[in-house]
Amino acid sequence: MEHYTMNLTLKIWKQKNCKERGRFETYQVKNISSEMSFLEMFDVLNEQLIAEGKEPIAFDHDCREGICGMCSMYINGRAHGPWHQTTTCQLHMREYKDGDTIVVEPWRAKAFPVLKDLVVDRTAFDRIIQAGGYISVNTGNAVDANAIPINKQDADESFAAAACIGCGACVAACPNASAMLYVSAKVSQLALLTQGHPERKSRALNMVAQMDKEGFGSCTNIGACEAECPKGISLENIARLNREYIGAVFSGSEEKG
Amino acid sequence: MNWKHYFTTSIGKKLVMGFTGLFLIVFLVVHCYLNSMIFVSREAFNAAADFMATCVAMRILEVGLFAGIFLHIIQGFMLVRKNASTRGERYAVSAGNKTSAWYSRSMGLLGTLIFLFLILHINHFWVPSRITGGLNPTEVHGVEMHDLYQKMIDIFQTPWVVAVYLLGVFSLAWHLIHGFYSAFQTMGLTMPKYKALIRIVGIIFSIVICLLFALMPVSMFMGWVS
Amino acid sequence: MPLVSKIPAGPIAEKWTTYKSTCKLVNPANKRQLEVIVIGTGLAGASAAASLGELGYKVKTFCFQDSPRRAHSIAAQGGINAAKNYQNDGDSTYRLFYDTVKGGDYRAREGNVYRLAEVSASIIDQCVAQGVPFAREYGGLLSNRSFGGTQVQRTFYAAGQTGQQLLIGAYQAQERQIALGNVVQYSRHEMLEIVMIDGKVRGIIARDLVTGKLERHFGHAVLLCTGGYGNVFYLSTNAMGSNVTAIWKAHKKGAFFGNPCFTQIHPTCIPVSGDHQSKLTLMSESLRNDGRIWVPKKQGETRKASEIPEEERDYYLERRYPAFGNLVPRDVASRAAKERCDAGYGVGASKQAVYLDYAYAIERYGKIEANKQGIANADKNTTIKLGKEVVAEKYGNLFEMYEKITGENPYEIPMRIYPAVHYTMGGLWVDYELQTTLPGLYCLGEANFSDHGANRLGASALMQGLADGYFVIPYTLGNNLADDIRTKAIPTDHPAFVAAEKEVSDRIEKLMSIKGTESVESFHKRLGKIMWDKCGMARNEKGLKEAVEEIRALRKEFWSNVRIPGEIEEFNTELDKANRVADFIELGELMCMDALNRNESCGGHFREEYQTEEGEADRRDDGYMYVAAWEYKGESNFEIHREELNYEVVHPSARSYK
Repeated sequence: MEHYTMNLTLKIWKQKNCKERGRFETYQVKNISSEMSFLEMFDVLNEQLIAEGKEPIAFDHDCREGICGMCSMYINGRAHGPWHQTTTCQLHMREYKDGDTIVVEPWRAKAFPVLKDLVVDRTAFDRIIQAGGYISVNTGNAVDANAIPINKQDADESFAAAACIGCGACVAACPNASAMLYVSAKVSQLALLTQGHPERKSRALNMVAQMDKEGFGSCTNIGACEAECPKGISLENIARLNREYIGAVFSGSEEKG
Repeated sequence: MNWKHYFTTSIGKKLVMGFTGLFLIVFLVVHCYLNSMIFVSREAFNAAADFMATCVAMRILEVGLFAGIFLHIIQGFMLVRKNASTRGERYAVSAGNKTSAWYSRSMGLLGTLIFLFLILHINHFWVPSRITGGLNPTEVHGVEMHDLYQKMIDIFQTPWVVAVYLLGVFSLAWHLIHGFYSAFQTMGLTMPKYKALIRIVGIIFSIVICLLFALMPVSMFMGWVS
Repeated sequence: MPLVSKIPAGPIAEKWTTYKSTCKLVNPANKRQLEVIVIGTGLAGASAAASLGELGYKVKTFCFQDSPRRAHSIAAQGGINAAKNYQNDGDSTYRLFYDTVKGGDYRAREGNVYRLAEVSASIIDQCVAQGVPFAREYGGLLSNRSFGGTQVQRTFYAAGQTGQQLLIGAYQAQERQIALGNVVQYSRHEMLEIVMIDGKVRGIIARDLVTGKLERHFGHAVLLCTGGYGNVFYLSTNAMGSNVTAIWKAHKKGAFFGNPCFTQIHPTCIPVSGDHQSKLTLMSESLRNDGRIWVPKKQGETRKASEIPEEERDYYLERRYPAFGNLVPRDVASRAAKERCDAGYGVGASKQAVYLDYAYAIERYGKIEANKQGIANADKNTTIKLGKEVVAEKYGNLFEMYEKITGENPYEIPMRIYPAVHYTMGGLWVDYELQTTLPGLYCLGEANFSDHGANRLGASALMQGLADGYFVIPYTLGNNLADDIRTKAIPTDHPAFVAAEKEVSDRIEKLMSIKGTESVESFHKRLGKIMWDKCGMARNEKGLKEAVEEIRALRKEFWSNVRIPGEIEEFNTELDKANRVADFIELGELMCMDALNRNESCGGHFREEYQTEEGEADRRDDGYMYVAAWEYKGESNFEIHREELNYEVVHPSARSYK
């Protein structure tokens, strides 16, 4: 792989806090190595801004290896940028060439208010889990791990759904800002396991109710969420959530509280 | 059990869209089948239309049909309005067609076009046939009935009307390509085993139905049937 | 002050049972009156918060990330050990205990390690019940894999995302307690000070990272579950935000710091690609099962890997350690790579890397697969194609990650790897009850020093975090809080809270008022370089002494020349970083002093003066079989306390992998 350097124009969303209106600012960065990750390019920019006595750009990031789900940039119209099944932190600069202009925006959804610049508040996702995204088992209550065999296919599908990192790219990419892929991944993971069966009906109802309460949009099966999900969570999970929901409604289950 | 509540959640609303949508799809099949009688003969078509107009069961179903259309439109309108409000600040750059198909994002627009077309369409045929009257009488196998066939020929002589009908059918085709699959997905029936099948059947269905519909005004305008 | 480890008397297998049946209990009505603060929401923190919430304590959790689910436990790839013996291959609590003590190079406490092995099986039960989707066999039962340093298959896993699945399980349990009102969660909050009242830890000062405001929180007890401090090296496999601040504040208030110099350097990481590098990425240890590690036999080799003929390659691990070959433990593999690179045999542009080659594995698997499919005399292309398919199935996600980062295709070109800082065995000194030397202050998971000695075995970090949180702290905390049931919640306008808050705000104001010329990041990089060069994989007296001086100078410079833009009372990531880096600098000095004190080589600590003629670690049990617990006495002034380690069950012997 040939290494090269590039100069770039960056248009980045700047917003002081959730109350003030934001705007785009334009920055120039020079001598960016094709070996850098996208966030390392941001590090370079921030160092440059600090040296100039300006405020650096706030952005969320932590593990920088694609698993914590903290990074969240909407890059040239794409959640986490153009690479398939890749988080922002794993996107590398060899995607770009000298002279390119890159527009970087925060996740945009009313349920994810901007806290500063590119940082958004995703606590709505925590509250959705609180509504029922768990199995009620206190520590010490468990039977032997091999007491309940789980069909391997179900276990594998459950794992595939559990790969969700809760980054919110699905919401960011969805034209409706719907959180269905996120909710369905959790409902699916737990519904596919025998351990999750006792609560499956109330779980589906409660999590959907919370999702609505948080102000996410309604799913209209567009599929942008699946296309942009860095972990390849499948739309099949949304179909399963729909089934779970219908089953719960027609069996007369009730939400709690 | 609070039914109203469970059908007004985000999934509940979609279920209403899906159920009414599938019902309307069934109606389209019947409608298309009957209308295709114009390619058989004037009498066959008029007899079929008369059956629809006079059969009690059909009249009852017709009420259901209007209810279905009404629900589909109202619920669809509410969905679009809700979803338009969830983004807040718009993106400066959008993904466009890189992550989704344009028609899947444009169901509201396509639906509105279909709705506008429907107003014209109902006014053309249903209103004079059921309410205002004024259609020529004709006789098929000794039974007196409206000559709806002649009405069609008359109406489809105006180029802009044909154009509007084609636009309506065109919108319907794209609306169906997404709607057919979407209804099954909403009902949770798109398991991996069937998903591809549902997609393909949906696309073929949408194209065939809409081609047939499109052929009707065109044939009459061009004088391919008489 | 003598260090009392509080290990219960009696045979090793009965210590924990004895403790559990004799410890004091708190009745449910009293638990509702007792408040517990948990800092950090990784495996240890989330599991502790959930379990304590279930018991009825009033719990508050704090994490600096936007959600508890982001904690860096999530990045653990390989798996979690448990003595289940599901494979019928002779595993037992004793064997897991023995492997861990030996793997730790005889610098861990027997009592703690045995308890860890004892509760390991319950962890798996608990996680499965929570819905953690572990890998399973076709019969529907759990699958196991083998891992470094053991002869049994006891590692449970969920593809390469075991840490993620376990953490999300604990996170969900914690969120459930939030829904039930037993736990209150404070995200984007960072603990900046502990509050002591009448000799006990009774609360914390935290900063809301969104508004920048300081907050006071009372707790009858405070649990620090804040993970490791590998980021003192700047470049490590830790998350960008991982820091030492919470335990360092506790240390400065009197909690002893145990074995700070014990750092694990993981051998298989993607090498540094340039000065811009912000973190290092780990490639699972499992890659060494099938890959062969080599460097060219010629110094300063410039040819591509594919152009170097077989006889000019040096498979140095196989050469030096014929018995274990490429599967030697982490510390040994890392040092061997460094030795070759330092001697001028490194590869890649930086010459700071060795090859991890899959060509042989591809060919071998290809032949097996061709036989399976009944293809007689398969040609080379077919074999390689089949082999690549097998390798992709086993390691596909890792290869993909490597390609994303380096832009090179590891199926065609050997991967370049180099060791990187990964885990810190050291941490706050705790007794058997996980209580630090400050009453009321507990430390769980990687943040404490207790279970891994001088080197941690693969798949044991997850085990320890969850053991501490789910199964140890619920008992040991109760035993101590039973004496506190008459203590009413102390209002946070108490003078101790006021004073602690003032201390924090003074420090922040001081930082902000420096208005120097150099960024926080730049200081952090400079600290990292000192630490890596002089307190990294190999250490010596001269280097360590220099490092101490350099770090002291760096601290002075930091406090007079750091530039932090923005305001205090706003979202200010530079200020957050500055708070952390200031503590890293102080910690760095202590690590070097500890390394200087330990005149031996053991586990992850390698002193160049103490090696055998063949270059292996020379452990000196006669003088150094102790835990070094450091007490903070003021700036650059640390006093060592020694906790002697007594091996009653396992008899220390030299670790040989020849």
